[in-house]
Amino acid sequence: MHGLIYRALQCFVTDSYGPEKWAEVALTADLGFVEFEAMLIYDDALAPRLIAAVGAVLGRSEPDLMEDVGTYLVSHPNTEGLRRLMRFGGVTFVELLHSLDDLPDRARLAVSDLNLPQIELHEYSCSHFSVFCGTSIPRFGHVMMGLLRTMADDYGVLALLEFQGGAKGGETVSITLVETEFAKGRSFALGARAS
Amino acid sequence: MSGIQNMSAVLDMLCPMHVMISRTGHITHVGATLRKLRPELDWVGARFLEVFALKRPRAVTSIAHLRESVGIKLHLQLRDAPATELKGVAVESGSEDALIVNLSFGISVVDGVRTYDLTHADFAPTDLATEMLYLVEAKSTAMEAWRKLNLRLQGAMIAAEEQAFTDTLTGLKNRRAIDHVIARALERDSQFALMQLDLDFFKRVNDTLGHAAGDHVLQTVARIMVDETRSEDTVARLGGDEFVIVLPDVRDVAALRRIGARMIKRLEVPIPFEGSDCCISASIGTVFFEPGSGADMRRLLDDVDVALYASKRAGRGRQTFYNKELRHKLHLPVHAGPDDDQASVIERPSSG
Repeated sequence: MHGLIYRALQCFVTDSYGPEKWAEVALTADLGFVEFEAMLIYDDALAPRLIAAVGAVLGRSEPDLMEDVGTYLVSHPNTEGLRRLMRFGGVTFVELLHSLDDLPDRARLAVSDLNLPQIELHEYSCSHFSVFCGTSIPRFGHVMMGLLRTMADDYGVLALLEFQGGAKGGETVSITLVETEFAKGRSFALGARAS
Repeated sequence: MSGIQNMSAVLDMLCPMHVMISRTGHITHVGATLRKLRPELDWVGARFLEVFALKRPRAVTSIAHLRESVGIKLHLQLRDAPATELKGVAVESGSEDALIVNLSFGISVVDGVRTYDLTHADFAPTDLATEMLYLVEAKSTAMEAWRKLNLRLQGAMIAAEEQAFTDTLTGLKNRRAIDHVIARALERDSQFALMQLDLDFFKRVNDTLGHAAGDHVLQTVARIMVDETRSEDTVARLGGDEFVIVLPDVRDVAALRRIGARMIKRLEVPIPFEGSDCCISASIGTVFFEPGSGADMRRLLDDVDVALYASKRAGRGRQTFYNKELRHKLHLPVHAGPDDDQASVIERPSSG
C-alpha cells in the first residue's frame, strides 16, 4: 500500500495526539521503524495491524477512529492541500458527490502509483445518495463518511450520513441532504495557493 | 437577428471567453469570463485590435489580415496592464463579414485564474481549465512530498558517511578516515607530521578492571589527545589502544616534542573508574613528511612504526622521532629508496 496512506494515519495520530502516542503505536504494531515515508510503498499486511494498534493505543473503536481520520484529512491546517484538491471536484456539494467516482483516477493523476479503493455513487433522488467504497484500504467506508461529513460542512450543506455496513467486498455510506444552503461554508478560491 | 442572439447565448455557455467582431473591427459582443478580465472596459464598440495586440502571426495588423488568419492559432496579449497573454482562434460568422474570436489562457491558466479571481463557474463545464489547476496543485503537493523524502534521505546519508569515518567508542576518526587524510596530504605534497601513539599498560587495565574500565580509559585518552592538539590536526583511533595523529604544516621538532611530552604527562595521571585508579602511559613514534621526498603512505607508516618501536624498546612513556639510524640500532632493514616497497618485517610491540 502506498506510503501516503500510512503517512496519513501517522500524521493523524501525531497532529491530534502528539508524537509520543505515535511512537507507542509504532511499538504496539511492531513496525520495526517509526516514520512512514510518504513516497515509498509498504506491505499491505501492515494496514490492519496498524489500525488495530492505533485503536488500542488511543482506546478508540476502529470505525470511530477511521471516521476521525476522514475528518482530519480535509479539515486540519496541515492537510489544507487535500481539502483544496477535494473542492476542485465541484462547485456544489452535489457536484462533489458526482465527482467521487473519478476520485481514484484523480489520485492516480497526481501520484501514479497511488491506488485508492473503487468508489461508486448511487443517486436515489435529488437529496438521497449512497456511496459504495471498495475495501482495499481497511475501513475505507468510515474514512469516506468522516470526509464527506466534513466536506458537507465545508460547502455549508446540512447532510445526514449513515454507515450502512459492509457487503460484497465493499462498504456503503448513505447520504441525505437536509438543506443545501444551511450555512455559509468555507471559502474556496480556485487560484489561491494552499499554504 | 434572432439567429445572432441565439448564437450569443450558445457561445456564452460554450465559450465564455469569446468576442464577436463586426466587419469594421468593432466589438459587438463579449463572453462573461472575458469581460471579467477588464470589468471597467466599455467592450461593445471598442476596436478589437486596440484592446488586443496580435503577437503571432506577426503580419496581422488589421481586421482584413485577421480575416485571412481564420482557423489558425493566434497569440494575443491585452494591450494594457496586466498584459495577460491569451491564445485564440478566429472564425467567420454570418454573411456580414463578422468574426468570432474564441480565447483561452492556454498554459498561463494558473496565473490567469489568480489575477482575475476566476471560479469554476467562469469556465465551460467541458473546459479542462479546472482539471489543469487541480493537476498543478496535486503535482506541487506530490513534489513537496518527494522533496521532503529526499531531504531526509540526504540527512541519513550524511549521518551514515559521518559514522563510516568515526570510531564509535571515542568519537575520534577511524582508520578509514585517517587513510583518507594522509592520502590527501600526500597528494597536496605539503609538510605534515605523523604521530603514532600506543598506550602502555592498557592491557593490564582491561584484564584487572574489565572492559568497561578499558572503554572509559580510551574515551578519556581520546579527550586528552583532542585537547592537546589543534583543531586542524586529525586524531584517529586505529583500533585497540593504537592512535594516530596527523598534524599539517608542522616542521618544528621542539614544538612536537612539547606536544608529545604534555600528552604523555597527562595520560600518566591516574584515571579514576568506579573507585579504582587506571594507570597507563603512552609511547609515541613521530615522523615528518618532507615535500618532494617522494615518500608514500606505506613508507610513512613503516617509519612511524619504527620510531614507535624504538620508544617501546627504550622503556615506554616516551616519544621518538624517526631517522634512518634507528633501523641500524634496532637491526631493521633500511629502505633502499623512496620506491622501495620491501615489506616491513617489524613485529608490532604488544600492548601493555
